[in-house]
Amino acid sequence: MARMKFLCDADRCIECNACVTACKNENEVPWGINRRRVVTINDGKPGERSISMACMHCTDAPCMAVCPVDCFYNTADGVVLHNKDLCIGCGYCFYACPFGAPQYPKIGNFGTRGKMDKCTFCAGGPEADLSPAEFQKYGSNRLAEGKLPLCAEMCSTKSLLAGDGEIIAQIYKERVVKRGYGSGAWGWQTAYKETIAI
Amino acid sequence: MLIKRKTADVQRGRLQAAIAGLSSGVIDRRAFLRRSGLVAGGIAAAGALQIGSVRKAEAAGLGPATGTKIVKNICTHCSVGCTVKAEVANGVWVGQEPAWESPINRGSHCAKGASVRELVHGDRRIKYPMKLVDGQWQRISWDVAINEIGDKMMEIRGKSGADSVYLLGSAKFSNEGAYLFRKFAAFWGTNNVDHQARICHSTTVAGVANTWGYGAMTNSYNDIRNSKTIMFMGSNAAEAHPVSMQHILSGKELNRANVIVFDPRLTRTAAHATDYIRIRSGTDIAVIWGMMWHIFKNGWEDKEFLAARVHGMDDVRKEVEKYDPKTVEDITGVPEAQMKRAAETFAKVKPATFIWCMGVTQHSVGTANVRAICNLLLATGNVGGMGNGANIFRGHCNVQGATDFGLDISNLPCYYGLVEGAWRHWARVWDVPYDYFVTRFDEVPAKGGRPARTAKANMETSGHTSTRWFDAANLPAEQVDQKDNLKAMFVMGHGGNTIPRMPDAVKGLEKLELLVVADPHPTNFVSLGGRKNGTYLLPIGTQFECSGSRTCSNRSVQWGEKIVEPIFEAASDYYVIYKLAQKLGFAAEMHKNFEMVQGKYGPEPSAESILKEINRGGWSTGYTGQSPERLKLHMQHQDKFDLVSLRGAKGSPVENDFYGLPWPCWGTPELKHPGTHILYNTALEAGNGGGTFRPRFGLTRERTLADGSKVNDTLLAENGSYSLNSEIRDGYPEFTMGVLKKLGWDADLTPQELETITWIGGNAIDAVNWANDLSGGIQRVALKHGCVPYGNGKARANAWNLPDPVPTHREPIYSPRVDLVAKWPARPDERTLRIPNLHTTVQKAAVEKGIAKSFPIVLTSGRLVEYEGGGEETRSNRWLAELQQDMFVEINPADASARGIKDGAFVWVSGPENNSKARVKALVTERVGKGVAFMPFHFGGFYQGTDQRGNYPKGTDPIVLGESVNIVTTYGYDPVTAMHEGKVTLCQIAAA
Repeated sequence: MARMKFLCDADRCIECNACVTACKNENEVPWGINRRRVVTINDGKPGERSISMACMHCTDAPCMAVCPVDCFYNTADGVVLHNKDLCIGCGYCFYACPFGAPQYPKIGNFGTRGKMDKCTFCAGGPEADLSPAEFQKYGSNRLAEGKLPLCAEMCSTKSLLAGDGEIIAQIYKERVVKRGYGSGAWGWQTAYKETIAI
Repeated sequence: MLIKRKTADVQRGRLQAAIAGLSSGVIDRRAFLRRSGLVAGGIAAAGALQIGSVRKAEAAGLGPATGTKIVKNICTHCSVGCTVKAEVANGVWVGQEPAWESPINRGSHCAKGASVRELVHGDRRIKYPMKLVDGQWQRISWDVAINEIGDKMMEIRGKSGADSVYLLGSAKFSNEGAYLFRKFAAFWGTNNVDHQARICHSTTVAGVANTWGYGAMTNSYNDIRNSKTIMFMGSNAAEAHPVSMQHILSGKELNRANVIVFDPRLTRTAAHATDYIRIRSGTDIAVIWGMMWHIFKNGWEDKEFLAARVHGMDDVRKEVEKYDPKTVEDITGVPEAQMKRAAETFAKVKPATFIWCMGVTQHSVGTANVRAICNLLLATGNVGGMGNGANIFRGHCNVQGATDFGLDISNLPCYYGLVEGAWRHWARVWDVPYDYFVTRFDEVPAKGGRPARTAKANMETSGHTSTRWFDAANLPAEQVDQKDNLKAMFVMGHGGNTIPRMPDAVKGLEKLELLVVADPHPTNFVSLGGRKNGTYLLPIGTQFECSGSRTCSNRSVQWGEKIVEPIFEAASDYYVIYKLAQKLGFAAEMHKNFEMVQGKYGPEPSAESILKEINRGGWSTGYTGQSPERLKLHMQHQDKFDLVSLRGAKGSPVENDFYGLPWPCWGTPELKHPGTHILYNTALEAGNGGGTFRPRFGLTRERTLADGSKVNDTLLAENGSYSLNSEIRDGYPEFTMGVLKKLGWDADLTPQELETITWIGGNAIDAVNWANDLSGGIQRVALKHGCVPYGNGKARANAWNLPDPVPTHREPIYSPRVDLVAKWPARPDERTLRIPNLHTTVQKAAVEKGIAKSFPIVLTSGRLVEYEGGGEETRSNRWLAELQQDMFVEINPADASARGIKDGAFVWVSGPENNSKARVKALVTERVGKGVAFMPFHFGGFYQGTDQRGNYPKGTDPIVLGESVNIVTTYGYDPVTAMHEGKVTLCQIAAA
């Protein structure tokens, strides 16, 4: 069984934000919610590197562990999804997440939060695959269409990889061997509790 | 590289299924969501839909065949030419999928490309024609708009002449739109027609064409995969051309290539370089000559290449001697060791390519900058082969095509110039008497000590440039070399904040009697200044709402299909130009060769028939083989092209063709020339994409020897340099009927071809040449014998017809190094095109006034990845606007702390002219060096601290507004093309 993972090749990422707008485009994500974003470290200095971050769909997801209403679930592909009908917008998952993935719409005064929204690996949610209800609450379900997340599919430099963990790890390994260096697959170890041996 | 996995049956159509049951029939995904709310609870959301109908529709039609249509078009942002794959249902663009099959982008996009679907949602688009009445926007109909605009244009024509109406076109036009607009200008009777190439690569076109023949990128984005050394100067491809980085970074990894970036800023591109070399803005020539100094001193130049294919390198050698490492370090700030390493790498680790953009072109020495780079490429033998060449990344999606089709003050379509022969050629193609055009032009009276011009002379005189349109409105009439000052601007698809000296532009705007902005968005032209009347806004569809071809930077021509009809009351470019021509009385003559089809509002010329007319006339640039049928075949078989060589696969319908038939694609479409992937490549046959340098500056040139005697140097190629299998194994001039006769090849012409040639030539048939022979016979015969129609000449290291034949360093007009101005001064005052160009006066005044003391920070400008050009379109796109909500200035921490400026705080940036100032946020960063500031140029809608949101018609204001950098940028114009000096000026920054 495939185990879906994201990997951002930081030697290729140029912070073009295609992944961010592709996500908005595909899932009709409203202003103020960013399921994916690009983080740049050492901005403007030698050694500047950017990485595209979203929900990493962790092997042992901390959000899932802390959720008081147990709204998270793992799909057969290893994608971490949640049920918005159960979510109470408490924010625990945000504190638990090492990647800052969970987002909350501002729904009123006094900082009240709406139901959590995050990257679904373009795999929709608990509703029936490709149903209007699924689309309204979670956006696209590209996996059900036999496609991969649009952010990775549209990445300008093929930096962001998405797919079966074994295969994308292999792609990354080949690249590192070919180019002779690699700044590491950032977040991979944290999310998936394993390293890519080269 | 990505792996597809199928768990369920492939299905598509949730949205179509959902909307099929709605009574309106047409709904977009956004409206759909607005009704339901993405994050609302399930039951409530479903309630907004008619559940019963939805179920019924699902039952009836879930699956791939629910009427979703895939339409391919080309991204309308930068010049890389990414294919956009749209899913259309019920006339609504509902989804965007990656176009894996495109050899150019292979499914990829940048932030802009991945969000183009938003453009046809168009919350902020102009919804209907409008006019300004006493400061209030009023809705009008298309008929009223065209009538009133036409009447006013005729009134101005009667009073002030045709030249008083400025026709500003667009690099966003399709090729057909650009051509039609240029043709419109010819019928109107003016050469005052221009577009964005003026402000992005006009100096490149002038510099490159004057070196080796054609003003375009020599290789392609894909070909950079072959390079072993990639040198960038004044190009930040990671932000301006992100998808090109796919090829560049892959190439870098595969070849372990050197990537060397010269830039005043440590850009996002520099972050991925192997070498980053910080230079002072405006010292490009000194940098190039500094490298050449090492190359010549160590004998690293390619002597064989120079002897066979280059004229005049010794003149360059003489100039370069002045640029010893110490001098160069003083001017540019680059230490000797760094410079030497870069020079050695570029000369020895071949193939090496040079990539440049506006950091090189937007200078008062822009053309000379470009010429210096060309010389570096020539000296190292890095032109005309795989993996090398001048890879000039152009800015807009069709700036190459719009340039090719003469949206330019000094050219008719396809670079024919403005001479009588050129006019006669196009008059023949258009089937309109030549004399008609003469009658359309103004006679210019004698003024300012200049002699009068007849209509014919005016017709052959270059127009006024868009960089200084406001000077033509503001300057005293006697300084402006046309019948009268500028009275009207007809702007189709051009921003108002893209050129320096905006305070002067505001004055110019107030002088105009008529301002027409025809655009999907209102643009900064509308928000600037305080116009109350005489202003019209016409809603135009984007290129996604229009079919046609577009030429990307690598000269590949791609056909885009209309994805949806123009939204709201928007119309296509073709329709508007046709209607206006009709109103002005020349539509029938102008459109007689076109097939008129039913458009949204009535008849309009079909893009296919316009391209066919281009095919009949575009011989000089090889725009004759790209018939609409061939281009459509390429789009259909994109997956058959090789990623690196761009060749069509064997056995496929596009076998042997290069992708997009990059020009020159010689001869008629039936000749099946494959196009030219790499220009001047002698390793291929002329008929198979090979080429030579173009001899267009005579056949010999006189040189005086040291003893005073004179010799004639040949300008034709020597030492056995010719394209593969050429029957003439030497240099040769361009092909004419006379040359064919001399070679005895005229017997190869068919009777029909000979008949056409005789018709064109009359009693001077020998003078008919490869560029004006409408039968294509001369080209066909030349190719048949393995020869390139334009000849086989030498590139020119010394371009004696340009103001600086051999480039020499000149300090910017506003230089921070006052001590260097005396030794390296700007050019003397002169007239450039129709008005004075006061290089020395302005530079001297700046030195005398001590500007460098009161404005001690060098200001440069550039792009952000999220926005493009003037930015109205992208700042109106909510998916992009969210990512970049504030205009800012990058300032070095040292400069910031000296001024008490905190990161994120507002500052005033003030410029040395017009007491100009702009209030923007400070981004304190080491990206810029000490004493340097950078501002992006995409913002508008704030003016010197004032919010101008109210000046936009309601609902059309972009989401994000900001001060334009060009409020504070200054005087300085290239002597050849009047390119502005947008990349270097001085400023002062203070906390606000």
